[in-house]
Amino acid sequence: MFQKYINSRCGIVRGLSFLVLLVILWSYFYDSAITEAVLASALRQSTPLALGALCGLMGERSGVINIGIEGQMLLSAFVGFLVSVWTGNLLFAVLTGVATGAVIGLLLAFMSVSLRIDQILGGTVINILGFGLTGYFYQVGLNTKGKLQSISLGPLQDIPLLGPVLFNNPPITYLTLVLVLVVHYVLFHTHWGLRTRAVGEHPRAVDTLGINVFLMRYTNVVLGGAIAGLAGSFLTLEAVGSFERGMTNGRGFVALAVMIFGKWTPIGSWGAALLFGLAIALQTQLQFGGQTIPHQFIGMLPYLLTVVVLAGFVGRARPPAAVGTPYTKE
Amino acid sequence: MINPFHFLKKVWLTIDIPCAAVFLSAAIGAVLLNFSGANPLDAYGALFQGSFGGMSALGRTLEKATPLIFSGLAVAFAFKAGLFNIGTQGQLLFGALAAAVAGFGLAGMPGWLHAPLALLIGAFAGGIYSAVQGALKAYTGSHEVITGIMLNYVAINLTDYLTNGPLKDDTPGNIIARTPLVMETSWLHRIGSFPVGFGLALIASLVVWWFLERTTFGFEISTVGHNSHAASYAGMNVKLIIVWTMLLSGILAGFGGAVETLGVVHRYQPGFNIGLGFEGITIALLGKTHPVGVVLAALLVGAMKAGSSQMQFHAGVDKAIIDVILALILFFVAADVLIRKILRRRETKGEKVLFSTGWSK
Repeated sequence: MFQKYINSRCGIVRGLSFLVLLVILWSYFYDSAITEAVLASALRQSTPLALGALCGLMGERSGVINIGIEGQMLLSAFVGFLVSVWTGNLLFAVLTGVATGAVIGLLLAFMSVSLRIDQILGGTVINILGFGLTGYFYQVGLNTKGKLQSISLGPLQDIPLLGPVLFNNPPITYLTLVLVLVVHYVLFHTHWGLRTRAVGEHPRAVDTLGINVFLMRYTNVVLGGAIAGLAGSFLTLEAVGSFERGMTNGRGFVALAVMIFGKWTPIGSWGAALLFGLAIALQTQLQFGGQTIPHQFIGMLPYLLTVVVLAGFVGRARPPAAVGTPYTKE
Repeated sequence: MINPFHFLKKVWLTIDIPCAAVFLSAAIGAVLLNFSGANPLDAYGALFQGSFGGMSALGRTLEKATPLIFSGLAVAFAFKAGLFNIGTQGQLLFGALAAAVAGFGLAGMPGWLHAPLALLIGAFAGGIYSAVQGALKAYTGSHEVITGIMLNYVAINLTDYLTNGPLKDDTPGNIIARTPLVMETSWLHRIGSFPVGFGLALIASLVVWWFLERTTFGFEISTVGHNSHAASYAGMNVKLIIVWTMLLSGILAGFGGAVETLGVVHRYQPGFNIGLGFEGITIALLGKTHPVGVVLAALLVGAMKAGSSQMQFHAGVDKAIIDVILALILFFVAADVLIRKILRRRETKGEKVLFSTGWSK
C-alpha cells in the first residue's frame, strides 16, 4: 500500500504540500509575525518565477523553446526603469516594460519561426544581448520617484495568516495570480488554446486543417514575451525600485525549471514557483536571524528537491512533441 | 595528394560566414558606439591594442581564452551526443575548488607531480558532478537542462559554504570568503608571456577532435546524438554512452576550472569563476561544436575580454559593448541565411551541425 503512494506522483505532491502546510501552521503558532513576513515574501519572490514560467510554457506549448527569458526580463526591467525615471509615471513604465518583452518575443519568434535558427541558440543570443545592452546603457545613480505600493483588499486583510499574506500585495503580484488562471483557462478551455497545443504537438496536421502554424507560434511567443516583460517590470518597479546590472540573477533559468517542474501547465508551474519562492524567503530570513544551519543549505534545498522529485516522481515529464523543431511548409 | 588551391578554398568556405559575421557585428557595434557619443575607431583601436598589441597583451588574451576553450569544448562535446550540458558552470566551480584544495592541502610535493595531480583532481571533481547529471538523464529520464540548472545552484551554494566555512582562508585579518593560496609547487606558470594552461587547452582540443573523429566510442557518441533509437537498435548501450559523455564533458569543464585556479587566481574565491561555464555555451555555438572552431571562438572572445579594460580606460567605452557585439556575432553566425544572401553562396552538403535535440529525447 505504501508502495502505491510512492508510485503515484499525486500522492507524493499532496503529501509534500501537506507537510509544508503543517510546518507553516506550526511556525505560525510559534511566531506569527515572522511567519507572515516569510510567507508574504515567498509570494513576492515567486511572482517573477511564475510569470517567467508562463512565458516559457506559452512558447513551448506552441512548439518554440524559449531559453531567452532571462534576457527578456532583464531588458524589460531596464526599459521599464528608464521610462519610470524619465516620466515618473509608473503605469506607463510598466506598460513599456511589457511592450519591451513583447518586442524581444517578436525577435525570438522571427529567429526561430522565420529564420529557423536553432532555438537554443536564438535564446542565447537574446540573453547575451540583454546583458550587453543593459550593461552598456546603464548609468550609475539613477533613481525613480517611487515604486508600486501595496493595495490592501479591505476587510479580507484582517483574516489571520491569510490576510496579510494574500490580500495586501502590490498590483503585479495580484495580476500574476489572475494571469495564472487566465492562461490556464485559455490554454485548456478555448479553441485558441486547443490550436496552440495542437501546433506544439503536430504542426503538419494543424496546417492541413487550414490553421496558420506560423501565426500561432508568433502570437504565442510574443504574448509570452509580454508576460516576461511584466516579470521584468516587477523586478525594477515593484520589488526593488532601482536597476542593477544582471539583476535578474538567473531567475529566467529557474523559471524554465519551474515550468518543467509544473509539467508545462500554468497551475502546476505556479505551485512550483511558490515552492522556490518559499525557499528563497526562508534563506533570506535565516541570513538575518541568529541560526545554526548555514543559509546556503536552505538556499540549495529547492534545487536539490527539484532534482530528487524529477528523478523519482516526475521523471517522465513529457514536453510538447514538436518543441524545438522549426516548421517548414511543404 | 592534396591540391593546395582546393584546400584553401575549402578553408575559406568554412570560415567565410563567421568572418562576415564578425565584420558585420563590428560595423553595427560601431554605429551603436557612434550613436552613444564615442569614437568607434578609438574604441576598436584600444581594444586591439589591449588584446594583440605586444607580448603581454597577447599573453593576457591567451590567458582569458584558456578557460573558455575548456568550457566550450565541454559544451560542444555534449552537443555531439545531443545533450545540452548547461551544468558546465557548476562542474567548472567544483573543478576550481577541488584543484585549490589539492593545491594547498597536499604539502611537500615536487612541482612536476603537484600541478598535474591538482589538475587531475579538479578535472575529476567536475567529471563526477557531471556524471551524476548524466546518470539522472539516462536512468530516470529527468532532463539534463533542468538538472543542470539545479545542480549549478547547488554547486554555487555548496562552494560558497565551503569557502566561508571549513575551507576558509585562516590568515589573521582575512574576512573574505576564500580558500588559502595554493602552494607554489602547484602553480601553472608562464613561459615568457605564454601561459602553460593555454598549451594544455590546445592539447585538449586536439584530443577531443581525435576522440570524436577517430575512435569507435566517438562514433557511438555522435550516433546517439543523431538518432538514439537507431543507436540502440544497432546494439549500442545508449544509457551508458550518455553517462560517459556527460562524465567526459564534465572532466573538460573541471579542467577549465582547475587551470583557472592554478594558473591565474591561485586560490578559490567565489565570484572569480562566475560566467566562465555559461560562456562555454556561447563558445560552442560560435565554434559550431568543432574543436578547432571552439579554439578560434575562444580566442576571439578572450581577445575581446582582454582588450576591454584598455578600451574602457582609453576610449571611455563601457565594457558591456563587448557582449552586444558578441550577441550580434552569434546571431549572424546562426542566421547564416542572411549572410549567404550577401555572399551569394548556397549551403554545401553536410554543413549543418547538430546542437541540442530539444527537450524531448
